[in-house]
Amino acid sequence: MIVKNLKELRELCEAVGDHVHLRENGKSKDGSFIDILIGMGTCGLAAGALETFEQLEIVLKKKGLNHVNVISVGCVGFCHMEPTVQVNIPGKEPVIYGRITHDQVEKLVNKVIIDGGFLQENYLIKSFRRAVI
Amino acid sequence: MIKTNLNINDLDKNLLRDLDSYIESLEDPKGSLINVLHRAQMLFGYLPHNLQLYVSRKLDLNAAKVNGVVTFYSFFTEKKTGKYVVSVCMGTACYVKGSEKVLEKCLTLLDVEKNEITKDGLFSVKDVRCIGACGLAPVLSVGEKVYGHVSADMVEDILNKFRGDENDS
Amino acid sequence: MRGESEEMIDLLRDKVAELGLTNTVKVIKTGCFGFCEEGPIIKIKPDNIIYVKVKFSDVDEIFEQHVLRGHIVERLLSVDPETQETYKEDKALGFYKKQYRIVLRNCGFINPEDITEYIAVRGYEALAIVVSENTPEEVIEVIKKSQLRGRGGGGFPTGLKWELTAKHRRSDKYIICNADEGDPGAFMDRSVLEGDPHTILEAMAIAGYAIGASTGIIYIRAEYPLAIHRLEVAIKQAKEYGFLGDNIFESGFNFNIEIRLGAGAFVCGEETALINSLQGMRGEPTKKPPFPSEAGYKNMPTSVNNVETFANIPPIILNGPEWFSSIGTENSKGTKVFALAGKINNIGLVEVPMGTTLQEIVFDIGGGIIDGKKFKAVQTGGPSGGVITGDNLDTPIDYESLRSIGSMMGSGGMIILDEEDDMVAICKFYLDFSREESCGKCTPCRIGTTRMFEILERLINFEGTPEDLETLEDLAINIKNSSLCGLGQSAPNPVLSTLEYFREEYEAYAYRTKKTSYQIIGDKCIGCTKCSKVCPVDCITGSIKKVHIIDEEDCIACGACYTACPVDAIIKP
Repeated sequence: MIVKNLKELRELCEAVGDHVHLRENGKSKDGSFIDILIGMGTCGLAAGALETFEQLEIVLKKKGLNHVNVISVGCVGFCHMEPTVQVNIPGKEPVIYGRITHDQVEKLVNKVIIDGGFLQENYLIKSFRRAVI
Repeated sequence: MIKTNLNINDLDKNLLRDLDSYIESLEDPKGSLINVLHRAQMLFGYLPHNLQLYVSRKLDLNAAKVNGVVTFYSFFTEKKTGKYVVSVCMGTACYVKGSEKVLEKCLTLLDVEKNEITKDGLFSVKDVRCIGACGLAPVLSVGEKVYGHVSADMVEDILNKFRGDENDS
Repeated sequence: MRGESEEMIDLLRDKVAELGLTNTVKVIKTGCFGFCEEGPIIKIKPDNIIYVKVKFSDVDEIFEQHVLRGHIVERLLSVDPETQETYKEDKALGFYKKQYRIVLRNCGFINPEDITEYIAVRGYEALAIVVSENTPEEVIEVIKKSQLRGRGGGGFPTGLKWELTAKHRRSDKYIICNADEGDPGAFMDRSVLEGDPHTILEAMAIAGYAIGASTGIIYIRAEYPLAIHRLEVAIKQAKEYGFLGDNIFESGFNFNIEIRLGAGAFVCGEETALINSLQGMRGEPTKKPPFPSEAGYKNMPTSVNNVETFANIPPIILNGPEWFSSIGTENSKGTKVFALAGKINNIGLVEVPMGTTLQEIVFDIGGGIIDGKKFKAVQTGGPSGGVITGDNLDTPIDYESLRSIGSMMGSGGMIILDEEDDMVAICKFYLDFSREESCGKCTPCRIGTTRMFEILERLINFEGTPEDLETLEDLAINIKNSSLCGLGQSAPNPVLSTLEYFREEYEAYAYRTKKTSYQIIGDKCIGCTKCSKVCPVDCITGSIKKVHIIDEEDCIACGACYTACPVDAIIKP
C-alpha cells in the first residue's frame, strides 16, 4: 500500500494511533485492550526476554485473556533490570516492571492484569519524558 | 616457511556453487569484496588460503589484496574454528568486571591457546570486542547463546552443557 | 513561580547569614529539576531530600526542622498517587525525570518490526513535509538553525556538513549512516537500530533530499545480527508504503537504502576509512582534504553521519529548530545518550539534555557505585577519551567542557570506576585495544601505541623505571601530534589523562613502592578468624579476638580475606 501524500499519512497516523496513546498516558479511545510491551533488544534477549514473551502468550491463552496484546519492542535502557516489561492498561498510567523472567509471568498476569493491582517488588518507573511529537 | 594449501580443488564444490550464485547476484562484485568474504566465511566457517585464492580469481582481484583485507578485519578468521565458538567479551565494561579471569579459565579448562581448536574439535575460544550486553557483564557466548554475569567458577558448567549436547546426539 | 523561588532563595540566604552558617550551609539556585508540575522545589543535600510544591510560608519550617534539626518534613514530600509511597529521596525520581528522550523516544515504546506503530508516532511525517513543502536549501537551513552537532564523537555541525556536500553539483551523491559502533562499552546506536530502525531510514531520506542524493548506505557491524535483521525488515516495509523507492510522496524524489556489513575494525569509525571499507578495501584512513563532502564514496560527494545524529533529525523537522536549540548548553544543543556501565548500580542507557552534570548522571540517574564503594573516576570516550575524577563531577557535560578537562564526548560510553580499579591496568587495556586496532598506515600510531603498551606492561610487572614515565609521556604527546587520523591522535588520551590525575599510581609501579599484599588495619580487626580460615596460602596469623596479621611475602593478593572480613578491616594493595 503506497501512501501518496501528507494528508493520507496523517489519516493513517490517526487510524493507528490508539495503541500509542494507551502507552503514552493510558488514554485509548477504544479502551477494550491492554498492551504489554517486552524489551527485546540484544540485552533483553540475553537476559531471557524471549522466554518471558513465550510464557506470557501461554499464560494469557490459558486464562482466556484475549484482549491482552503482547508486543515485542526495543531496549528501554534498563540493562541491569532486564527483562523489562511495560504494562499499559486503559485509564491507568503505564508502568514499567523489571526482572520479569519467565517464572514471574504468572504473578504479573494475576496481580496486575486480572486483579488490576501493582507489583511493588518489580516496579521500576512510570514512563519517560519523551520528545512529544 | 610454512607451506600453505592453495589448491582450489580441495574446496567443497556444493558450497562453492552457493558462493558463485551469490557473487553473480551482485551489481558490483569487485567493490563488494567484504560482503563476498562474509558470505564465504558463513558457508565454510573460516577463510583458508585456497578459498581466498578462489575469491580473488572469481572477482579478478590480486590474491595479495584479498589476503590483505581478510587479515585486516578481526571478524574474518583464517583458522578453522571449533564446533562451538566460545567468545569472551573483552569490552571495557566486561573487562572492569573481570572478564580476563573468565577467558583464562576457558583456555586452561580446554587446554588451548586463543583461536586454537580443541583436540576433539568441539571448541575454540576467542576474545571479542563489546557485544553490547554491558548490563550483563562479564559476558560469554557459546555460538548464539549468551551467558551473563559469568564468573570463572561458572565456566566449567557452561562448557559441560555443550559437551552434554554432543553425547546425546 | 519563578519570582516566588527567587524570594525563597533570598529568605534562606538571610536565615543562613543570620545564624552565621555561611560556611556550612550553601543555598544554591539550580536549573529545572525536571518535574516542573510539582514546583517550586527545594532539595537538601547531602540527604537528597526533595520537597515539592513548597510555599513561601513553608520555608521557615524546612529550615528549622530539616536544616537545623535533621527532621524530614513529611507533608512536603512528593507522593506517588498509585503506589502511595512518598519519595523521600530523589533516586526514583532522578532516574527518569532527569532524562529527556529525543533519540530514544521510540525505543521500548513501539514494535520495531511493525511500520504502522512507527506511523502512529508521526513516523515519516517529517519526510512527507520536507519533500512536499520544503526546498533542499530550506531543510539544510532548519538543521543549521537547530545547531545539531555530530554525535559520533567529533561534534562537527551536521547542517554545515550537509551544506558542504550539497554544494557540489555531481550526478551521484551518497548518504552514509555510520553504524560501526566500535567503542567497547558503547551500545546506544545498536539500541536505536534495534528499537527504532524506521527513524534512521526516514532521517537518511531527509538527508538525501537535502544534499541531492538518491542512495543511502548503512555501514553496520556484523556483530549486530539483530539490528541488521530489523533494518532489513524496516527497509522492506518502508518500500511497501512508498517511503523509500521512486517518487516518494509523489514529489519526484527517489531514495533507496542498502545495508553493508563491517567486519570488525575500530578505525572504520573514521569516515575516510569507512568509505575505503565500503569499497571493499582495507579500512585505512586517507588524508583530508579532499573531504568526503567533495570526494567520498566512489569519489562522489558523500555525507557520513552517525546513527544518533540521524535519530535527532525527524523531531527537529516536526518540532522546529527553535525547540531543539532551546535544549542544552550554549554550544552543544539537544541531548546525548550515554551508555552507563562498569561499577554502577543502574547499568543502562540514559539520555540527558546537554549540560547535565556528571554528578547527576552517575549518582542521581546511575544510582551510585555498586556495593556502596567509593567513586574513583568516570572514563568517557572509550579508547580515545580520558578519565574524569571526583573534582570535576560538577562539570556540565558538553563537547567543549569535556575536552577542557582532558576527556571527550566520544560516542557516549561511560565506564564508572571504583576505588579498587587500577588506573594503570585500565590504560594498558585501552592501549592494547588501540595497538591492535591501529591500521598500520602511519608510523606514530602503528609503532608508538605498541611501545606505549610495552611500557605499561613493564610497569605493571614491576620491571619499569622512573624514566619510563617520562618516555611514556613524550611518546604520548608525539603520537597525538603526528598521527594521520583521529584514532592515532586520540589513542594516547587515556594515558595522558591518567598521568595527570593519577600520576601517583604510575609512580607506585615505577618506584616499586606499590604494595602487592593485602593488609589488616589493626584498629578495626575484631579477631573473628574468618580471614585466616579462607586464606588459600595460610599467610594470615592470629588467634580468636586477637588482631590478625598478613604475611606480605606470602600473600598472593587473591582477595579472599577481603571478601570474608565482616568489618572491612582489610585494605587492598
